[in-house]
Amino acid sequence: MPDTPQPLTIAGGVYQERRHDSAHKHVSGEAVYVDDMPEPAGLLHVYLGLSAKAHARVLSMDLSKVRASPGVVAVFTAGDVPGENDVSPMGRHDEPLFASTLVEYAGQPLFAVAATTRDAARRAAGLAAVEYEDVPAVLDIATARQNPQLVFPPMTLKTGDAAAALAQAPRTVSGRLVMGGQEHFYLESHAALAIPAEDDEVLVHASTQHPTEVQHIVAHVLGVPDGAVAIEVRRMGGGFGGKETQANLFAACVALVAKKTGRAAKIRPDRDDDMIITGKRHDFEVDYTVGFDEEGRILAVDMVYAARCGYAADLSGPVTDRALFHADNGYYYPAARIESLPLKTNTVSNTAFRGFGGPQGMVGAERVVEEIAFALGKDPLEIRKRNLYGPGRDVTPYKQTVEDNILPELVAQLEEESRYWDRRAQVRAFNAANRWLRKGLALTPVKFGISFTATHYNQGSALVHVYTDGSIHLNHGGTEMGQGLHTKVAQVVAEEFQVDIDRVRITATTTAKVPNTSATAASSGTDLNGRAAQNAARTIKDRLIDFAAEHWGVPRDAVLFRAGRVHVGNHAMDFADLIKAAYMARVHLSSTGFYKTPHIHWNRGTGEGRPFFYFAYGAAVSEVTVDTLTGEYRLDRVDILHDVGRSLNPAIDRGQVEGGFVQGAGWLTMEELWWDKEGRLRTHAPSTYKIPACGDRPKTFNVRFFDAPNREDNLFRSKAVGEPPFMLGISVLHALSDAVASVADHKVCPRLDAPATPERVLAAIERLRGP
Amino acid sequence: MRVRDTLRFLLGDEPRELRDVDPSMTVLDWLRLEERRTGTKEGCNEGDCGACTVVVGRLDGDRLRYEAVNACIRFLPTLDGCQLLTVEHLKGPDGALHPVQQAMVDEHGSQCGFCTPGFVMSMLALYLNEERPAEDRIDDALAGNLCRCTGYAPIVRAAQRMYDLGDRARDRFALATEAVAERLRALRDEEVLCVGRDGRRFFAPATEGQFADLLLQHPDATIVSGATDVGLWVTKFQRVLPDIVWTGRVAELRRLHETDAALEIGAAVTYTDAADAIAALYPDFGELIRRIGAVQVRNAGTIGGNVANGSPIGDTPPALIAAGATVVLRLGIERRTLPLEDFFLAYGKQDRRPGEFVEKIVLPRPAPGALFRAYKVSKRFDQDISAVCGAFLVELDNGRVSRARLAFGGMAATPKRAAAAEAALVGQSWSEASVRRAMAALREDFTPLADWRAGADYRATVAANLLLKLFVETTEEEAATRLVGPGRLAHA
Repeated sequence: MPDTPQPLTIAGGVYQERRHDSAHKHVSGEAVYVDDMPEPAGLLHVYLGLSAKAHARVLSMDLSKVRASPGVVAVFTAGDVPGENDVSPMGRHDEPLFASTLVEYAGQPLFAVAATTRDAARRAAGLAAVEYEDVPAVLDIATARQNPQLVFPPMTLKTGDAAAALAQAPRTVSGRLVMGGQEHFYLESHAALAIPAEDDEVLVHASTQHPTEVQHIVAHVLGVPDGAVAIEVRRMGGGFGGKETQANLFAACVALVAKKTGRAAKIRPDRDDDMIITGKRHDFEVDYTVGFDEEGRILAVDMVYAARCGYAADLSGPVTDRALFHADNGYYYPAARIESLPLKTNTVSNTAFRGFGGPQGMVGAERVVEEIAFALGKDPLEIRKRNLYGPGRDVTPYKQTVEDNILPELVAQLEEESRYWDRRAQVRAFNAANRWLRKGLALTPVKFGISFTATHYNQGSALVHVYTDGSIHLNHGGTEMGQGLHTKVAQVVAEEFQVDIDRVRITATTTAKVPNTSATAASSGTDLNGRAAQNAARTIKDRLIDFAAEHWGVPRDAVLFRAGRVHVGNHAMDFADLIKAAYMARVHLSSTGFYKTPHIHWNRGTGEGRPFFYFAYGAAVSEVTVDTLTGEYRLDRVDILHDVGRSLNPAIDRGQVEGGFVQGAGWLTMEELWWDKEGRLRTHAPSTYKIPACGDRPKTFNVRFFDAPNREDNLFRSKAVGEPPFMLGISVLHALSDAVASVADHKVCPRLDAPATPERVLAAIERLRGP
Repeated sequence: MRVRDTLRFLLGDEPRELRDVDPSMTVLDWLRLEERRTGTKEGCNEGDCGACTVVVGRLDGDRLRYEAVNACIRFLPTLDGCQLLTVEHLKGPDGALHPVQQAMVDEHGSQCGFCTPGFVMSMLALYLNEERPAEDRIDDALAGNLCRCTGYAPIVRAAQRMYDLGDRARDRFALATEAVAERLRALRDEEVLCVGRDGRRFFAPATEGQFADLLLQHPDATIVSGATDVGLWVTKFQRVLPDIVWTGRVAELRRLHETDAALEIGAAVTYTDAADAIAALYPDFGELIRRIGAVQVRNAGTIGGNVANGSPIGDTPPALIAAGATVVLRLGIERRTLPLEDFFLAYGKQDRRPGEFVEKIVLPRPAPGALFRAYKVSKRFDQDISAVCGAFLVELDNGRVSRARLAFGGMAATPKRAAAAEAALVGQSWSEASVRRAMAALREDFTPLADWRAGADYRATVAANLLLKLFVETTEEEAATRLVGPGRLAHA
């Protein structure tokens, strides 16, 4: 049988630039989000009634006007919850679905109202008459530290004798750094649609990164077994960590309404309510003392990371832990004492956000390095390079040896390619010639640990079916929030079967197909689910090879899947033909797949272990111009060199790097959360909370990948990419600091806090200029 | 007054005639809830994120113009006589993606996809209106669309690439322009559109006479132009507006008229329509307008609305006041003219009687040699509200200040002139020492508030520094002072 010419490779295998699987639907408006789904007949629309107070006892709650409002069908409060009135993700029972006797933040849900239209429900929700008795409210870190209440046991990392090393250090500097939180501002606000089913069953379509947790919480609130609840997610309009635990409340709320009324129920808070109700990135205060020698080598650090966690634990324990895991960024601390302080406050319970405390940890490290540079009159880049991990200086404060360190080469390459020193001279020359506008330049590195620090989360599952026409159905535990996870996992399956990716159908994530999944978080989505899907495909492929070898009488190694064809000895056939034959021979064409990350372990009690499978690295150089009369600034140029191992999909990875950088820069510059004295968030919409707009992206934006495979045996030697690029944005804060420092001839560390709004920049300029 | 009780517009190619219409139903709610066209997304419901961007084709004279607008704060009856295009209209009859869409796919311009339909529609308007714009024009065209995933770089690449993928002259929408214009011309009439529901009515008069009469009959009606602020009363505060009278169909109010002495800006002239004429007189005022909202807001919002609304943080009042503009008010057939600064009485209170309306703003031409600068300071350059807006007119006579009009927004309960600072300047030499005295005098003029946009100290410091910036820009030829906009404006 003569072979017809075949393409040498498949379309959409690994390492290829491949468009997002839904791109054509995004651009045509055909991609369906929860609120776009056809509405079931009799659908009820749900809205939440919120606390007006940050901390108060609820003396009475009169909902008669709510009930009497036009279109209202039912109203539910804490007393209506059949299971437990709790949506806390870590089982700490500190987050009620509906507050009843005590409210602990302004915006906390008190009740839900279900009506025939969303407008009717929303209007009714505002009609409650609630009588409060104020209790003193703790609203910020400074107040909380006076009488600290913690939402989670703190952690301390210790290496060497930091106190002794600091006492003996030739030079020391101490200071405090304040950095703000961040609103996720996913473009699609939270949404959930519950459809009641028979017996105790319910199906919830939710916009969530963690369907399994939502399943558990819904079951727990309804008082039914997990198996009665199915959660389905086709896609989210952005997540960024804001839909990891924060979806619990909304899903539980509609599930409750659906089961109580027997009607489908949907909730979609208005943007302002979404921003008021849901948690954000933690703001931190970092107190630091660093001891160093005359060359700028760090000898010891003492750092306290105090975080505003809000009224409940949520994920604040792991978030503040991860801040400590990144308090070194890429720098070697011979002696260190680093402590977390997860403070309880009467504000919304803060939560996961891209980087998960890591960015805050690193901002602390970068300030420490900057202080040393100013103390010694050196360029901060010299001090950064001098302190990078290296041979013999490679153990982290949590006792993991950094085995895959590429930062020295990566930084050197970026320094060269971005012409750092030429531009340093140009920036100095510009500043010498300009009185009103000043330029700044900074290079900052990133070393980010990959794996959930809760070791048990490092598992992934997938389900692959091959149908008799050769089409492939792919399902896995990860969720799609825009990061291109489904595309990458489909590439992996296409690669394994050596078929074009168009044969691989991507399907909605559902707890009914793949159970016991981990959150799509910690940058782990591709590593865990891609490997699980690969294992599922390999199981099927093994069966097919067994079958073909026996059926055609060839050795197993004579059966090859290559470029859309299956070669069996001397002849080749289409994948679909093999599948048909295998089916006729009663070969099982469906398989689950499973993966758990190897080598990792962590003991929080002793503060020792190997929490991370590997590290992802990167570095960025940012150049800014600052208006010294107003504090306004522009991001002129950014050069990034980032490590994604061998990129599974350079187009998608580039998107993560560019988007992560801009989001990180936004956090540290214009994005400012502002609460009033009563503890009410006043920046609760895009009119008042400013994320970067198109014109805020760097005018020149050079992004390159560091050319090296993952040294660990990760999926196709790739590396995770979701979070690490976010922290490249730290270079912008330091470029601003550099520009500010120019007004005092670089003699004084500006100690520029974040977010470095024009207001903070101008204040720093005025401080440095003196009276 | 002849009344028409049917709202008429085109949804793509389909004519729509609606009678029973909630006067303040938004275009977005109509699309998503009544038409179940869910491609257009709700991101913020306040005209700030652009996820709901649609393109509206409207007749400007006899010419059809396509404009990107926010569907979330646009009231449905304002589509009267227009064509509405949504993201669902873009694919060709054969299902092929439009070049704008294909470019977004090719350049990986979507990640989560939720903002994407809005971007696509803003890009469509750009594609239909401009040939291969420079990158800063693309930034302007996309400034009203927020994306949280991509960092915008691939979207800008797509906005460049779309011109490679399509032939604008043979574009389906471009080719249909004349036919659509003909259909819209057929919908024109001189009748008052009046639609409503539950006793609440939306009036869209066609002439200024009808407009004045309607307000006499309904003095409590809400006057609406672009609804870029009133829209939020509905979407955010859930206010139930009684009767609405809309300026948008009134030809006289949409007119720009140049006289020897002034530019007369009809109350319903949008920022977009006024920008060039204003910039020709006061280049920096033009740059200020570029910084108001973003394209979608400027295509809807009006100078008259910005004035009549009386917000202390509106951006055009300081510039208009500095330039010595007057406002013409009309009640029935009676007109009166006020210096604009006298129109603003107190926070939320303007000198406007029931039934009276802003007819036009009269912007005098600058005297030869007059120095004019306008500065907007905010956390973000695009689509943000000013922490401080300062606009200054200084006239010199032999090196001495003969006239100084220093107006600020964001510094008091109304847009306000800095009387003490002006007094400190007038009659003095135009020198840094004089300016420093005026800067110090500003402390007597204003006691600004602290809020989420800025602290009181920052506002005070920046307001003073803006005077210094004015001085530097008008005396130091080479000084670099501008971060955005054409740098030449600093030394215009």
